[in-house]
Amino acid sequence: MSMTTILQHCLTGISLGGAYALIAIGYTLVYGILRLINFAHGDIFMMAGYFMIFALTSFPWPIAILITLVVTTLMGIGIERAAYKPLRSAPRMSIMISAIGVSYLLQNLSTYLFTAIPRGYPEIPFLKKIFQMGELSASFVTILTPILTIILVVILMILVNKTKTGMAMRAVSKDFETAKLMGININRVISVTFAIGSFLAGVGSILYFTDRMSVTPFSGTLPGLKCFVAAVFGGIGNIPGAVVGGFFIGIVETLLVALGYSTFSDAFTFFLLIVMLLVRPTGLFGEKTVEKV
Amino acid sequence: MSLLEIQDLKVCYGGIVALNGITFAVDEGKIITLIGANGAGKSTTLRSIMGLVPITSGTITYNGVKLNGMDTRKIVEMGLVLVPEGRRVFPNLTTLENLKIGGYLQDKAHEQQSLERVYELFPRLKERHWQLAGTLSGGEQQMLAVGRALMANPKMIMMDEPSLGLAPLVVKDIFSIIKRINEAGVTVLLIEQNANVALRTAHTGYVMETGNITLTGPGRELLENEEIKFAYLGKSK
Repeated sequence: MSMTTILQHCLTGISLGGAYALIAIGYTLVYGILRLINFAHGDIFMMAGYFMIFALTSFPWPIAILITLVVTTLMGIGIERAAYKPLRSAPRMSIMISAIGVSYLLQNLSTYLFTAIPRGYPEIPFLKKIFQMGELSASFVTILTPILTIILVVILMILVNKTKTGMAMRAVSKDFETAKLMGININRVISVTFAIGSFLAGVGSILYFTDRMSVTPFSGTLPGLKCFVAAVFGGIGNIPGAVVGGFFIGIVETLLVALGYSTFSDAFTFFLLIVMLLVRPTGLFGEKTVEKV
Repeated sequence: MSLLEIQDLKVCYGGIVALNGITFAVDEGKIITLIGANGAGKSTTLRSIMGLVPITSGTITYNGVKLNGMDTRKIVEMGLVLVPEGRRVFPNLTTLENLKIGGYLQDKAHEQQSLERVYELFPRLKERHWQLAGTLSGGEQQMLAVGRALMANPKMIMMDEPSLGLAPLVVKDIFSIIKRINEAGVTVLLIEQNANVALRTAHTGYVMETGNITLTGPGRELLENEEIKFAYLGKSK
């Protein structure tokens, strides 16, 4: 394999990894606050794909993107309100089962509404424009994805570490009751968390599907699981960890395909999950526990 | 009229009665203590005042307003705060961030003012402002918990066992600071198992036993009470 081919695949891998990273952040944020693995997250990502298809049939692309992101964000908040909030004081297993329920609900609802026949993902002309860099060629979306991911992650890190809302998020993630005693509105903080996670899944969805041509009601399942693995790999609850995990899985997966092992590219992700859980269950950058009692 | 009035407060957890209709009052500007053994219902009393535990019956009136069923946030807004049992500082936030989050409902100008006041009371917190709260010593964490509550600029502060797990010298420090806070005009409701130091500090004491208040009186008087000496101060009959 020539150097150019390797670089070409790396570029594709980085791009896929960027989309994975954006989705993985949603898992990690929600886990950080609610200790909940939001199984519906991959399906929110899938629904965002359908929103984009329908929005683009009647609006120009900038407005369609805006509509997709807004509706996806609202859907995330709505799901939390309807399916998780009433279970706030229930055992953690109940809310987890509720998340699985939401996941199946979304899959089956979209099968019912949109049928299981793959729908073509619309082409957004400027995203598909081909760039030539020496020997390498890539569509604009391939280059845009990692750059946009990094920008969004930096903004998110500033939000979490430097703003009052971010401080409240970190406080709520450690101790609900004491956060309440500080006058923090827990439900608002949780809504904000779901809003951010779903928004990023919406962005990830646009970038991911633009390269993939079609959406089915089950398009969210495998990417969702992989991004969950990415979050665990990086240390669930840790934002930079989820980003590193996302890029790592995206790149390795693409390289495996390039080397001719496409049959094993999905298996690799789950093999990684098992190894990680056995060797280092807190993940690469897992939460340090320096608590004194 | 008292600042805080508890009238016939009853709280049940499932079928278990935690508070069996207690009545007491906290006068403005005073230090009041509730003492009692484990399971007497002291913490439940404070938690139900803050709206963390649902009330079965009775009324809680603070500053003339009924608190029953009110949102914790609204109660904090009215200047009533609780330093929870076991300090409960946010270990993943720095000392400064912990203080800032205590003043979550305050505006920027007030925040700076309160911060200076807290640093004056606890110079140690200023030295350690950059340090993660989880890495502070037990005494420092307790100071942080009290400082954090003061950041809300409270009219009344409730403390759940501030002496828990601290060395006697540190306990002495904490209590002298409680006195200073009170002298600055903040009403204090204190819960303690360490009856000795609590009764010495408080103007009025209430003794709780299994969900009931069994004894009331000025702190110094209760210290001399034979029954209390026997039950809480370790004197043999």
